[in-house]
Amino acid sequence: MGEFDLWAQLPSVLPEVGLTALAVIVLFADIYGSIATRRNVVFVSAVGMALLALVPLIWVPDPAQFENGVLLWGGMVNYDPLSQIFKVMLLLSGAVTCLMALGDKGVGDKGEFYLIVIVATLGGLMMSSASDLILVFVALETLSIPLYMLASFRRGDLRSAEGGMKYFLYGAFASAIMLFGFSLLYGFAGTTNLGGIADAMSGGFEGGLVAVMAALVMVVVGFGFKLSAVPFHFWTPDVYEGAPTPVTAFVSVSSKAASFALLVRFLTAVFPPDLAIAGVMIQDFWVNLLVVIAIVSMTLGNVVALRQSNIKRLLAYSSIAQAGYTLIGVAALQGMDDSLAVASVSFYMFMYIFTNLLVFGGVILFITATGKEDIKDLAGLNRRSPWLALFITIGLLSLGGIPPAAGFFGKFFLFQAAVKSNLVGLALIAVANAIIALYYYLVVIKVMYVDVGPDDEIPVGIPRSYAWALGITASIVILLGTIAVTPIYNWAALGASGL
Amino acid sequence: MDVTGFSVLTAIIFIPIIAGFVILFLDRKNRDLVRGVAITAASAVLALSLAVFFGYDNYVKQAGGLIDQQMTMLAGGGDLSGARMFVDALAFEQRIVWVESLGIAYHVGVDGVSAPMVLLTGMVAVAGVLISWNIEDRLREFMAFFMFLVAGVYGVFIAVDLFMLFFFYELAIFPMYLLIAGWGWVKLREYAAMKLTLYILVGSVFALVGAVAMYFAAGAFFSGSGAEVFQAAVASGILPADSAPYSWSMVQLTLAAENGAFAIEILGIEGLSFARFWFPFMFIGFGVLAGVFPFHNWSPDGHVAAPTAVSMIHAGVLMKVGAFAALRAGVQLLPDGAQTHLPWIVFLTLINVVYGALIAFRQRDFKYVIGFSSVSHMGLVSMGWATMNLTGMTGAGIQMFSHGAMTALFFGVVGMVYDRAHTRDIPSLGGFMKVMPWVGVAFVIGGLTSMGMPGLSGFIAEFPIFQGMWAASEQISLQLGSFQLSNYYSVIVILSALGIVITAAYVLRVAGQVFFGEFDAEQFHDVGDIAAPDRIVLIILGAPLIILGLYPPIMAPMIESGIRPLIALLGGG
Repeated sequence: MGEFDLWAQLPSVLPEVGLTALAVIVLFADIYGSIATRRNVVFVSAVGMALLALVPLIWVPDPAQFENGVLLWGGMVNYDPLSQIFKVMLLLSGAVTCLMALGDKGVGDKGEFYLIVIVATLGGLMMSSASDLILVFVALETLSIPLYMLASFRRGDLRSAEGGMKYFLYGAFASAIMLFGFSLLYGFAGTTNLGGIADAMSGGFEGGLVAVMAALVMVVVGFGFKLSAVPFHFWTPDVYEGAPTPVTAFVSVSSKAASFALLVRFLTAVFPPDLAIAGVMIQDFWVNLLVVIAIVSMTLGNVVALRQSNIKRLLAYSSIAQAGYTLIGVAALQGMDDSLAVASVSFYMFMYIFTNLLVFGGVILFITATGKEDIKDLAGLNRRSPWLALFITIGLLSLGGIPPAAGFFGKFFLFQAAVKSNLVGLALIAVANAIIALYYYLVVIKVMYVDVGPDDEIPVGIPRSYAWALGITASIVILLGTIAVTPIYNWAALGASGL
Repeated sequence: MDVTGFSVLTAIIFIPIIAGFVILFLDRKNRDLVRGVAITAASAVLALSLAVFFGYDNYVKQAGGLIDQQMTMLAGGGDLSGARMFVDALAFEQRIVWVESLGIAYHVGVDGVSAPMVLLTGMVAVAGVLISWNIEDRLREFMAFFMFLVAGVYGVFIAVDLFMLFFFYELAIFPMYLLIAGWGWVKLREYAAMKLTLYILVGSVFALVGAVAMYFAAGAFFSGSGAEVFQAAVASGILPADSAPYSWSMVQLTLAAENGAFAIEILGIEGLSFARFWFPFMFIGFGVLAGVFPFHNWSPDGHVAAPTAVSMIHAGVLMKVGAFAALRAGVQLLPDGAQTHLPWIVFLTLINVVYGALIAFRQRDFKYVIGFSSVSHMGLVSMGWATMNLTGMTGAGIQMFSHGAMTALFFGVVGMVYDRAHTRDIPSLGGFMKVMPWVGVAFVIGGLTSMGMPGLSGFIAEFPIFQGMWAASEQISLQLGSFQLSNYYSVIVILSALGIVITAAYVLRVAGQVFFGEFDAEQFHDVGDIAAPDRIVLIILGAPLIILGLYPPIMAPMIESGIRPLIALLGGG
């Protein structure tokens, strides 16, 4: 490595640096600011993160550089399109979350909420570009610990406290298993660099097949927890139901997106297609493992969601199923030309973030206005607030994969990636699942548009911050399903070239 | 042909979409404005559809036009190529690359099969708006969703890109669900709406997986052993200059099918080619929407539960979407599979025809009679596809139009009777000819059409289907293990003619009981004749039945020109 050139390396971490600065500003504004200043903390956080989302678009990594796999900051940080697209998603989701939290009493009126969201986003950003076991773990915990705090943010509420505690215990357990897997990998390879581990293992590794597979399984367990994939999903319904709803929205998108970015990078870097130990192709093993997890997650998530009466629990199981769909794209990462698979995962996460924020945003608004959380309470929402009903409908259609919402393209790309990788059976199971899922999404839409509720004539207003948050996310969901498909897809496909 | 310029078809898709959004944002109380926007948009679309239909008619028939070209080709001038013929048949094209790296394009165009469907959709759109004129409950939302539904249906008919076909197919499903669940018959609507939606989606998503598999198989072929075919096709203008080997264009997939890209063996089973494996997914997947037995079950419930306008568009147009997509994405893209599978699928269509008619005969509910008669008549369309010859398939194409207008007319009649009599129970109705002469006459015209009476369009449609079946009988045989079943198409024709007899029976029974017979002046004291909008509906839907019946050349040569590429693909001359 030559002389350290700060100015050449800085753009790769500029969003992180900016977020740290934003966190400090928010912290001081909240502590020392006047009441008027403190009220504006939310806008500082939201606008700050939205502006930082422009950074990866302005300082674009040079293709000549990332195609050779150049790592920055002493081999710690990747500077490639994959990390850039995920950074944009995470920053935007943080910004939207701040706007959505504003009206929630006991959550949005506390400045520290925004601080924690910013720090969690920082962890997510680091995850999406980390290329070293040490940084991977630090990033994971930087994301996780704030999320534990957020889940139990409403301390007085038993359900919130219970959810937070559960989340923490499961999370700590999963982190420990993952860390053990990391230590095994380090033991085999003698290096913490992701690419270096693969090199060391392929060069005549004697550590034994079982040990490598054990390490792989442990790492997958850790990821499985973050993604709320079955069988590591048990925390999901309780946390989703118990946590304040803006937090649920945030947990459901940011930790999932960051984990998928890292999972894609980790599996392709540490266990590449040409890695064979004792004559066994390691990739075949993890592909099969992920196929099984994907099938179980989709099926269980969807089937259990059919029976839910609480809208937040329904969305929790739906998000388990959605994680299963996305895992199809990861399982399709095989062979040398994996741009479709990588693009399908990135695109799906991109659209999923906005879709889920849209649905949750609508639900938060409904819950704060009425204090009710059951699906049947949504009856007649179309008459009470046509806009709100429309926003939630767009979101649900996108989750169900109906055009012109973005979910149609998202699912389409995933199925296409699966068929390309000869996983036709998996694609068929996935489409069968998409039908089951559509049933319960349609039921919610039907309740809003067709059923008659007792409070039919009481309108539900939309405060301005929500109008912005919902309007922006709904527009993005529709755009991603129509004219904006090409640029985002191409950008996402570019992500494969840096792996 | 210039494919970059603006096409009238684009206007046909986007006018209803824009109108739908405009209506959603109108004042709920201003019902006249809502109706005004809806009828303006629908009429504009109908006018454009007429322009497309007659424009295409001219394109086909003019000296040196499509038919002359096809005849030259068949006479041995140039290579006989199905893909070439398909490209030549397309008119009013517009192509905009959508997702370049995946070969997805916004590509619209009509051929001889879809041009009549475009006209039909326009007719039913106007009729649907008019018949919903006086809906009390949330008129604004109803009209907006109706417009979206119309746009989705149009999109399927004019898609030249297979991805776009799926996009619009799924797009049509959601407004339909809400329309039935929200405005349908209270007793049945939630159940029927969900059942219908799930049935149709199950079919279409399995077809989608098949389509993805086709995309990769064709792409691998064009970038490997078929690279020369690909370059030659680009050079000769069959494919646009910016084509890539991997593409969703149905022209390109047709070309792949024709050059054996789908003949590859899969799963390591001898004799199981790619085309044979995926054809049932494509044909039956879309066939669900066309009511193919045993997947017809959603249809009667769906039609009965739906509000009148939605029944009209559903039975009139949407079932044709299924039959059309099964033809386009099934038979055209996987002709080898069609030759393997249609000889047994024809038995399902026979069950459709006879069983549907028998059940219709047994119904007491007026609307269920029409619902099951749709199942029966759509069986004839699929049967026409199964002949795999020019006569039979052309008949099926005409049947799509004829049945569309006829069923829409029937559902319109049922809706008008039900609105005034508040019952659909056939035995308790009677003598309505006296109070509603317009409606009675319309029903009789529709009824005679459905019986296949000469002079009406039903005859023009059904006769060629039976003729084609008879002609196909000698060519098609079915291998069952060591036993070869041959000449059975003629038996199927004879049996399905039974369906026509039963049709005559139930039509006459309904006509006799509802429109003639005793009028219960006490129970139906407030029943009066229909107003102007309803009369326009009956004229729009009834007149084409007579015109087409008396003057078949208005449509038959056009449909033939659209079928000829398929015959070339199926290996016929």
